[in-house]
Amino acid sequence: MLIVHDLAHARAGDKGHSVNVSVTAYDEAGYERLKRELTEARVAAAFAPLADGPVRRYALPGLGAFNFVIERVQGGGVTATGALDIHGKSLSSLMLTIPLPGNEPEG
Amino acid sequence: MAGDRVRIGSGAGFAGDRWEPAVELVERGGIDYIAFECLAERTIARETLALRRGQGSGYNPQLEDRMRAVLPPAATQGVRVLSNMGAADPLAAGRKTAEIAAELGLDDRRCAVLLGDDVRGAVAARPDLPLMETGAPLESILPRMASANAYLGADAVASALETGAPVVVTGRVADPSLFVGPIIHVLGWDYDDYVRLAQATATGHLLECAGQVTGGYFADPGVKDVPGLARLGFPFADVTDAGSVTIGKCDGSGGRIDAATCTEQLLYEVDDPGAYVTPDCVLDMTGIALDEAGPDRVALRGARAQPRTDTHKVSIGYFDGYLGEGLLSYGGPNAVARARLAGEIVAERLRLRGFAYDALDARLIGIDSLHGPGATRPEPYEVRLRVTGRTQDRKAAEAVGFEVAALYTNGPAGGAGDAASVREILAVQSVLLPRHLVTPRVEVVDAG
Repeated sequence: MLIVHDLAHARAGDKGHSVNVSVTAYDEAGYERLKRELTEARVAAAFAPLADGPVRRYALPGLGAFNFVIERVQGGGVTATGALDIHGKSLSSLMLTIPLPGNEPEG
Repeated sequence: MAGDRVRIGSGAGFAGDRWEPAVELVERGGIDYIAFECLAERTIARETLALRRGQGSGYNPQLEDRMRAVLPPAATQGVRVLSNMGAADPLAAGRKTAEIAAELGLDDRRCAVLLGDDVRGAVAARPDLPLMETGAPLESILPRMASANAYLGADAVASALETGAPVVVTGRVADPSLFVGPIIHVLGWDYDDYVRLAQATATGHLLECAGQVTGGYFADPGVKDVPGLARLGFPFADVTDAGSVTIGKCDGSGGRIDAATCTEQLLYEVDDPGAYVTPDCVLDMTGIALDEAGPDRVALRGARAQPRTDTHKVSIGYFDGYLGEGLLSYGGPNAVARARLAGEIVAERLRLRGFAYDALDARLIGIDSLHGPGATRPEPYEVRLRVTGRTQDRKAAEAVGFEVAALYTNGPAGGAGDAASVREILAVQSVLLPRHLVTPRVEVVDAG
């Protein structure tokens, strides 16, 4: 099964009590597939052990990219958490593990 | 006198950044200005604390190294230097900079210092302000406040440049504004010209993390490679009076600049891409196009902006207890089970000793320390147990590392390589302060 890593690259940024993860497709076909399958619900499920959510998705078709904002990261955000990755910077890599089953309807 | 173009370089992307790429830009990048962005959210709180305890200068610990490396070629090439390395004490940073310039025998030792970001007094008078992160009133953290700094804008940065001093040192300034300041200063743009401010702000955002737009924090071997990463070059931007923008780097430096690296950086630390709020404007990135304009050259167009808001964001650092940490590694057969048992034993011993924690976690580096528990994680050959305890009680924090180290003779077989630490937690939250309560001012310091 394809994972996001096969179609796109990602970068995470700390926003205090939330984290943003951008996902940039390598090509237009990848962008269209991500648009169908990398839904807010799927991202929220992958991040459930780390963040209460909700998750917001912003589409940037001109850049072939999406920006995901994941709310309420557990532990009180960047400056107060005891987590090893206090900035959530490695969360881009978690985004890249998300499977894309490919059975979503076209369009 | 307004110019018709400016080339501005980026000399640092965080407090502890490298400076060789900045020297390279100054020496052979053909730049007019270089800006060093060295302030993360917590940095000012940390420096405030160090200053108060006599353990630091209050400004960036690498200021001296950076200035010694950069000021001589900057003087030779006529490059003006800006930085927010002033952190918690911009005036002391400015004096130190002037002193270094004198020691180096430079003719013009003046340093313009931008002040007014420290708004501890103004926020203390407004305990009703809601914290942006939690919605709780400011008064809930006011007694523990260490620092309160407003994000100053490009207009304040430009006013410091108007002094003519070759170096400008600031405290808290919005990261993009550190770059927008010289752009509007040189090109003579109206601070209400939002068409141009939009392009300048997007430019500042692309430059503010230095190497993160030239291939740093990007490489994924075999998937997206970065040539010459060890010699990573830092970026510059060419901005014309018409508002055209091209991002580039020194010929022969390592790294890469293309639409992919620029897209990652454009969206870095962005919430709604349609409303990226800075003190200068509310940037709308949704119409931006990044066109590859040659090898390691990307043209940016299509940035739009709404007028600036009537508030300044203020970042408030406050004490929030202690974090105790203990580490111990396990390897070979059944390593994961032994490490898990060790973590359970530490938690039970801390409980038996009567210590309480806001959060006590045992994670295994190699399994679940970064992304939490997952369904299908392969078991690695070796793992490192990491126990952390958050608490308001320093003794309870110290006990975490103590009990992890005590696993040597009192825990499962084969624990090795212990390490322990206790640190004070400096948390940060934000409020919005009405603009009229923030008054930037500039002071020029010189060395005799």
